Amino acid sequence: MIRALLLPIRALLSWDRWQEIFDTMSRNVLRASLTAISVGWGVFMLVVLLGLGNGLENGMKRNFAREAANTITIRSARTSIASGGFDVGRAVTFDNRDYERARKVELVDRISGLFFVRGGAFGGSEMMTRRGTKANAFAMTAVHPDGIYLEPHDMVAGRYITESDLRERRKSIVVGQPIVDFLFEAGENPIGQWINVGSVAFQIVGVFHDDTGADEERMMYIPVSTAQVAFNGQDHLNMLTFTVGNGGVAEATAATDTIKQQLADAHSFDVNDSQAIRVQNNVEGFERFSKLFWIIAVFVIFIGMLTIGAGVIGVSNIMMITVKERTKEIGVRKALGATPLSIVSLIVQESVVLTAFAGLTGLAAGIGVLALAGKVIPPGGALAEPSIQLSAGLYATLVLMFFGALAGLFPALAAARVNPIESLRDQ
Amino acid sequence: MLKLRSINKFYQVGAHKLHVLQDVDLDVAAGEFVAIMGASGSGKSTLLNILGILDDYDSGEYHLGGTLIKNLSETKAANYRNKFIGFVFQSFNLLPFKTAVENVALPLYYQGIPRRKRNALAMQYLERVGLADWADHRPAEMSGGQKQRVAIARALITQPHMILADEPTGALDSTTSVAIMKLLREIHESGITLLIVTHDSEVAAKTDRTVRLKDGKVVADGASAHGPEPVAAISEAAAP
Repeated sequence: MIRALLLPIRALLSWDRWQEIFDTMSRNVLRASLTAISVGWGVFMLVVLLGLGNGLENGMKRNFAREAANTITIRSARTSIASGGFDVGRAVTFDNRDYERARKVELVDRISGLFFVRGGAFGGSEMMTRRGTKANAFAMTAVHPDGIYLEPHDMVAGRYITESDLRERRKSIVVGQPIVDFLFEAGENPIGQWINVGSVAFQIVGVFHDDTGADEERMMYIPVSTAQVAFNGQDHLNMLTFTVGNGGVAEATAATDTIKQQLADAHSFDVNDSQAIRVQNNVEGFERFSKLFWIIAVFVIFIGMLTIGAGVIGVSNIMMITVKERTKEIGVRKALGATPLSIVSLIVQESVVLTAFAGLTGLAAGIGVLALAGKVIPPGGALAEPSIQLSAGLYATLVLMFFGALAGLFPALAAARVNPIESLRDQ
Repeated sequence: MLKLRSINKFYQVGAHKLHVLQDVDLDVAAGEFVAIMGASGSGKSTLLNILGILDDYDSGEYHLGGTLIKNLSETKAANYRNKFIGFVFQSFNLLPFKTAVENVALPLYYQGIPRRKRNALAMQYLERVGLADWADHRPAEMSGGQKQRVAIARALITQPHMILADEPTGALDSTTSVAIMKLLREIHESGITLLIVTHDSEVAAKTDRTVRLKDGKVVADGASAHGPEPVAAISEAAAP
């Protein structure tokens, strides 16, 4: 029994067996390659489709979900329903207490209040920024420490705004890479350097990078508390932005409703007033997108599997023909002492080699095409970084080898049933 | 070496049961050179298949070198074939994509003998049949006589209990036939048991003993006539 189990393993390691397989394949190169192409093409299609699906997802995510995909923002505006004895058209202004209340809501994971600094030449957020002889206008926003989690920014040097910045009203500033590039010489370390924004001096504590767009990178962030003092903001906030962590639409909606109610109570507006505050819930859109891509992925895998299935059936067919053709050879082998198991493993191994070779070729070709496409596709389009995970590719190959074995099994069993008497009598 | 006792074999043909071998008894001692003769339909092919452990029988007993050959699993039968029996076929049955030396070495592959060792051994046997120079040629490049010599070397390489030859000269011209029979006799003289199944009395005449089959029964068994004439039939009662 143990010998019977070891035999296929021994066969797999035996150079004889490999030579046998290459012998048979090279005896009918055209047929073997046509079969290989049918499997390889299936894998190639699957890889390319999956890769393009991923690319589409990447591109869409990058284009649509500029803010960290699942954020919710609430902006103050003007009332449109009379409430609490006030007339319509009253401006609602958030303040620090709103932030403090909202951050205690249980479902809220990360939250920042935003204070828009309005000090530019035209009353906008673009502030004249100066260092030595260099000056340019860059947009500036005041944030809380969680702000880093709410934008797709990556810190490349230093740190983001912290609680102590906020507490001590430090003149700390976090700037985007292009601003550093503009204000500093190459090789100069910007951390700890002072720059003037409007008429206030700030010390650079961190530099960030953002690959979702150039405008996103031309930004400066300062602590809310500092901005409120330096730019006459009292305790005002313009916006609240938050996430619900891994929560879905239900959590996002619940958290939003709670915060809306808090705001309505604090600022005496009707909670059903759609104009008093503007809510933008990215979670819903994000979930819709995720679902869409999930459907695309399932669809692609479905089609790919069918294509590979057709290829595998092709392999099975070819092995069946091979067995028919080699009936006499198999008969001779059996007469000379080949056991049924050795015949089965010969045919199965040949089938596995054929499918694995074809599959890996298809996989390599697919990955190659995706890599090429990734280089050719212009950045910022609907497609970005089309690729598949290597583990997925290897998985696919293992599955393919399994199906290859299956494809070979039935022809192999037919071969093992070859009656040596009859096959040798056929002369 | 070989002992058959009351071997019966039936074939189902439609609704009929064909009694192909009827109570066949046969004893072959080690080192004998025997011809089994009979017209087509006499049951000699069936007997050959049973002797070669390629087919099973319905009743009786078959002992080969002290081993009872009966109701074997396919794997066991394959192992016994490999170890006990060397086959020589009418149409040679060499594998066309293998060289002469690889063909000779094939039975040893199924014994798990490493390539280098079995090819070295195969070279010795090719030398013995006078084909050492043809070791790297494929069957398609050889004459019929050469192919049959390769096949004989292949049958010898496992040092079997006996060699079963099925019409070994059936596909050869007369000159070559004589040469092959001479080779078989040499092999016999080296002490190997040889059974030849044939319908050719000239071939049978070159052996030491002839067993005649007719309608599934042994009808004659005795010394081979050393001439073109068939041996005189002996009575059934005289058969062992």
